[in-house]
Amino acid sequence: MNNTALLKASRLCIGYKKGKKEAKTLAGPLDLEMYSGQLICLLGPNGAGKSTLIRTLAGLQPMMSGTVETGGKNIAKLKPQERAKRLSMVLTGRVQSGNLTVSSIIALGRFPYTNWFGALEPDDIKMVQWAMRTTDITSFADRKLSELSDGESQKVMLARALAQDTPVIILDEPTAHLDLPNRISLMRLLHQLAKTTGKSILLSTHDLDLALQSADEVWLLRNDGVFTKGAPEDIVLDGSFEAAFYKEGFTFDKNNGTFIIHHSNGASIQVEGEGAPLFWTKRALLREGFTVSESAEECIQIIQTENNVQWIYRNESHTTIAGLLLSLRNRYGVQ
Amino acid sequence: MMNVATHSATQKHTWTASYTKLVGLFMLLLIAFITDIALGSVSIPLRSILDIIVSGKSTNDAWVYIIDNIRIPKAITAVIVGCGLPVSGLQMQTLFRNPLASPDILGITAGAGLGVALVMLSTGSITTAYAIKELGISGSWLIMLTASLGAGFIMFLIVAISARVRDNVIMLIIGVMIANITFSVISIWQYFSAPEQVKDYLIWTFGSLGGVSGNQLYLLAGVVALGLLIAFASSKMLDTLLLGEHYASTMGLTVNRARLLIIGSTSLLAGSITAFCGPVGFIGVAVPHLARTLFNTSDHRVLIPACCLMGTSLMLLCDIIAQLPGSNDVLPINVITALVGSPVVIWIIMRRNNLKNSF
Repeated sequence: MNNTALLKASRLCIGYKKGKKEAKTLAGPLDLEMYSGQLICLLGPNGAGKSTLIRTLAGLQPMMSGTVETGGKNIAKLKPQERAKRLSMVLTGRVQSGNLTVSSIIALGRFPYTNWFGALEPDDIKMVQWAMRTTDITSFADRKLSELSDGESQKVMLARALAQDTPVIILDEPTAHLDLPNRISLMRLLHQLAKTTGKSILLSTHDLDLALQSADEVWLLRNDGVFTKGAPEDIVLDGSFEAAFYKEGFTFDKNNGTFIIHHSNGASIQVEGEGAPLFWTKRALLREGFTVSESAEECIQIIQTENNVQWIYRNESHTTIAGLLLSLRNRYGVQ
Repeated sequence: MMNVATHSATQKHTWTASYTKLVGLFMLLLIAFITDIALGSVSIPLRSILDIIVSGKSTNDAWVYIIDNIRIPKAITAVIVGCGLPVSGLQMQTLFRNPLASPDILGITAGAGLGVALVMLSTGSITTAYAIKELGISGSWLIMLTASLGAGFIMFLIVAISARVRDNVIMLIIGVMIANITFSVISIWQYFSAPEQVKDYLIWTFGSLGGVSGNQLYLLAGVVALGLLIAFASSKMLDTLLLGEHYASTMGLTVNRARLLIIGSTSLLAGSITAFCGPVGFIGVAVPHLARTLFNTSDHRVLIPACCLMGTSLMLLCDIIAQLPGSNDVLPINVITALVGSPVVIWIIMRRNNLKNSF
């Protein structure tokens, strides 16, 4: 791995101009580096300025102060065409030119390299085909954008960024409109890309769980402008993660890396069992407002045989969690 | 390696298909051109017409005069209009990413009309019915300049507003309102002008392909050729703008420069044509859609020549209909283009439920 940063921000303040004189600074001064082979996830609540940071790093929006450098050159002073050879982007939201074919969109990624007429040389065609193979979209190269699902269309936009052949790729909420399997496959793809091509990839996302699992580094931007970065695990352990997403009504459980979104009903209960049934029973109990504790008086026993699972509670046997919960509700008088 | 082979094969195939269609359209254009010259209030045998076109000679001097000085200039004007307006419409549809954008709908034509009104209504000296014809070369420069400036002014206004308004439908409504305001300004001006000047202006608004001849034709052809050249040279930029200005910018397009080039080209095309032929409607909005449908592509390197060829054939056809073959009357060209163009616009809206997928 190369030790010089592919993108480097020094004393960067981000924000926007309010009217002619006033300016609102969202965060900063920040010192950021993006290294080769890194997948960085930018996390933060709505309105913290994730998009502003991303757009500022990409040179699409003026910075309040500080510098952003790529390859030793100040990004604000680069010509758009030179900038496009160093940094490519995937923006949030779907492109609305539905009549374009997949291959022609990806070919547009060669814009900074082709002549005035946009004619593709053999090298350009090779790069376009490599981008399509890497993102596994070769099979629908001739389809129209309007015929694609959200997941497919996001992959097409990523392939276009790959065809642009830049050391840095920045994605603004690429998983926003995708279903879970598509989110996971996109994150896996980005992770692999960073490792195999040595590109440095930055993405903003609201998928905290996926981000914690796949990112090499997490950038955390809080609503009050406080910025933290580090390995995802460090960020969780030192409490910054919890602090950034703190809101009345739910807490982040460091022990199993999930958000707890339920109010307690004050009762506690003990569960005996193992494996998946134990895990999901606990989840169901938490949802109902119980605290699962080993010192509780009442106990639920889970008995697993080869082809079925039984829950024993107060000498009654239940074959489903739904049945168990019904019995609990009757006893504790919760709805 | 399989992918490489099949992919370049399909690409080659689509290019070949496009060329075949372009050649076919060119043949259609030639037929329409000859037919347009052949028909008129004076009937001239087809053989004599071909003789006059090829050798410039005929036994009947009146026929030579009619063909050389009336019909050929008119047909060439139809070609110029048929190239210029669709291409300016295509550029506007891409720039605004709005399938209903065109010079007449978004008020660009009205802006050109304001420029024309400026010359026609403010100078007291012009009082003949065919004012533009009588203007001579210096006058036509003036009227073309003011029309292009008027078109450019409205275009800038529209672009400035579109930077703030991202919604296609709202933008369209604003465009229509701007056109209304411009027409109101012209109306107020007309109200305070002498009847003769108002009449000149009214006749101009009907639209006519027959008012351009001699040096004016060269001038118009030159300006439109320049506009088309700029448009064709910016086809790569237009392609990139299909993904939206933000994406275009991340891919290395200098968006403001591209906007200036596109606005410049559109204003030249729509402004100069409107100055000489009046506000010819519907060709600008309808032809780009016909071209996209026929060629099944969004590639401007194909669409621009396709728009020229299809627009030309359509304009010639409209002109043929406008002459009401067999009669001595000629209808204003604007009436015919609206008759032919409006159904196309309705068809576009009906066929594509989602206008966003038009590009």
